[in-house]
Amino acid sequence: MSSLQLLWFILIGVLFAGFFFLEGFDFGVGMSLQTLAHNEKEKDQLVATIGPVWDGNEVWLITAGGAMFASYPFWYSALFSGYYLVLFIILIGLIVRGVSFEFRQKVAPERKNFWNWMLASGSFIVPFFFGILFISMIQGMPLDAKGNMSAGFTDYINLFSLVGGIALTLLSYLHGLNYIALKTIGPIRERAKNYAKFLYGILYVGLVAFAVLLYFRTDFFKLHLLSTLLLLIVIVILTVIANVGVIKNMELLAFSASGLTLISLVTLLFTGLFPRLMISSITTKYDLLITNASSSPYTLRVMSYIALTFLPFVLAYIAWTYYIFRKRIRHDRFTEY
Amino acid sequence: MNWSDYSRFVGDIFGAPLAVEALLAFFMESTFLGLWIFTWKMVSPKLHVVFIWLVTFASSISAFWILAANSFMQHPTGYTIKNGRAIMNNFGALLTNAQLWYEFSHVIAGAITMGGMILAGLSAFQLLKRKNSETSFYKKSIKIGLVITLFGSLAVLMAGDLQMKALVKEQPMKFAAAEGEYDDTTDPAALTLVAWANENQHKRVFGVEMPYVLSILAYDKLSGSIQGMNHINKQLVKRYGQRNYYPPVNTLFWSFRIMAGFGMLMLLVAILGLFFTRKKNQLLYRQKWMLWVLGLCTFAPFLANTAGWLVTELGRYPWTVYGLFTIKQSVSPNVSVTSLLISNIVYFLLFSGLAVTMIGLVIRELKKGPDYEEKRLQEEQRSSADPFDKGAFE
Repeated sequence: MSSLQLLWFILIGVLFAGFFFLEGFDFGVGMSLQTLAHNEKEKDQLVATIGPVWDGNEVWLITAGGAMFASYPFWYSALFSGYYLVLFIILIGLIVRGVSFEFRQKVAPERKNFWNWMLASGSFIVPFFFGILFISMIQGMPLDAKGNMSAGFTDYINLFSLVGGIALTLLSYLHGLNYIALKTIGPIRERAKNYAKFLYGILYVGLVAFAVLLYFRTDFFKLHLLSTLLLLIVIVILTVIANVGVIKNMELLAFSASGLTLISLVTLLFTGLFPRLMISSITTKYDLLITNASSSPYTLRVMSYIALTFLPFVLAYIAWTYYIFRKRIRHDRFTEY
Repeated sequence: MNWSDYSRFVGDIFGAPLAVEALLAFFMESTFLGLWIFTWKMVSPKLHVVFIWLVTFASSISAFWILAANSFMQHPTGYTIKNGRAIMNNFGALLTNAQLWYEFSHVIAGAITMGGMILAGLSAFQLLKRKNSETSFYKKSIKIGLVITLFGSLAVLMAGDLQMKALVKEQPMKFAAAEGEYDDTTDPAALTLVAWANENQHKRVFGVEMPYVLSILAYDKLSGSIQGMNHINKQLVKRYGQRNYYPPVNTLFWSFRIMAGFGMLMLLVAILGLFFTRKKNQLLYRQKWMLWVLGLCTFAPFLANTAGWLVTELGRYPWTVYGLFTIKQSVSPNVSVTSLLISNIVYFLLFSGLAVTMIGLVIRELKKGPDYEEKRLQEEQRSSADPFDKGAFE
């Protein structure tokens, strides 16, 4: 395995982690639109917390996909065709959600609620099906010698992948609630924390189920005992910290901890997969490996130069954007129709 | 998603510009668009305008990188074939591909034309609808739109001309099909204005011709013949093996005419529109039918651009990467026809729904008039505390 292959494996992991950290709270805010907010005023307030940034946050996913295509074309081919319908549902979710941000503000008042629902349901669908995708992937899929996957319904949808889907949705929801508590002034701030207090109770149950199923349904504990255990412990500790943060009104702490939980989860998936990219349930011979699925050294080198040159600038202006929009969104800024 | 064998074949080359596009263009575009929309009166007007220029810049380089990928499919450069895969050996060649620069100028000019035409067309509708006292804004915007359309469509024309001249050499089949020529033409070659082909018998059913014009378009001179598809098909069979190399001729022929026809129409409309809005003679504002024509031209760039892409992509038949890899080789063997059918039906319905919503929203926004946004901002200003005030946040 060359160091550039390793670099791009890590980079793809970082991009997915960044996506779930940033877009995670966007999803959570989207879900809260129809579950937490009491009136249109509060809904407008919620959308305003992510209005300027959600679009950029989605780019992390596109870049992850692009980086995967460029550095691991065999992984890209196997994953994107193998998960055709799952990714199709995700795409539909992202499309209806994406247009709803604008549409809900521009349409006639009587249609606004329709687009609120689109925004919220899109926000539920996308993390849920990403959970399904990743958790079914780490259990191994029927990958043939060429890397083509012909999977059946239960390969995609099984107990563990459902738990994974629900867990990722719940984590995003909680991350969004913590973000709302951090970014708003008004009645919704307290309500978000109350919701979070209740939901953390459920998350603990989910985490236990997740760890148990991870043990029985994957080879993570066999191959990477230490890192898997360590990361599971980190995830639990971070969840406790976030929970304490919610109870003690330490909003920034709670938000950071829930974000790091999502990053740790992605790290767990990627370290567990290592040195594989996709696991074949037919025979280990058909596993897609970092060593045999990558692009040529030349392409990886060109890509590395470009990425390492420009990534700092990108991160800098993204950070600056969050600095510009650092203020809390007040509830009395919005007028009722 | 349904081109896995294609992705494996070209991923080493094709993926790179896509990843670079996401990194360089998409991040910048989305971040600064967010900044531009939400920072009015938060930052200085100068900085605010920088934001939208960065969005423009990012959109343009986005086009550049995606076309770098497409140009490789049209005219592969900078690669070797190793173990049945195309491997990149020269990233620079990907960017200096002549095809890329033709496509890029054509697409950017097409986009500028579209912007200008939409502006002019929608202004024309407003001039039809509104009372005289409200029209001064739209009289300005219609002129700006027409000027943009004029320069845009001139640039499209020049870029398209260069592209077609290259096509004669690089992809003669596409050129011949777009012109509907089955047999080698006479010397000098005539341009066929309208025609219909019998695609099964590889024969033209009828056609109306304009002498000399095709020679001028292809070679810039009054002589020179164009190879016909039957001739080219034989050459391609010799070079690449037994296969059908005829693209869908009628679709290509008519797509090309829709593209070029609406392109010329926009140029004409821009020239006449500017002529009839000059200070001495403002005929345009008095003639309702002229405004109607201009308004309906709003749809012209959509038709022209779509038809243009049909020519480029369908004309590459039977290749996905010209001369290297066919459509048949490219598909995902494991994505079922049912999956494709379901997804395409849903896409079609979804995008039709979104298009209807969008047109409805455009009309709704236009009805509000040009001062609407300003009024809304003033109201917002009054109802909320100064955002820079200390009490506004903790």
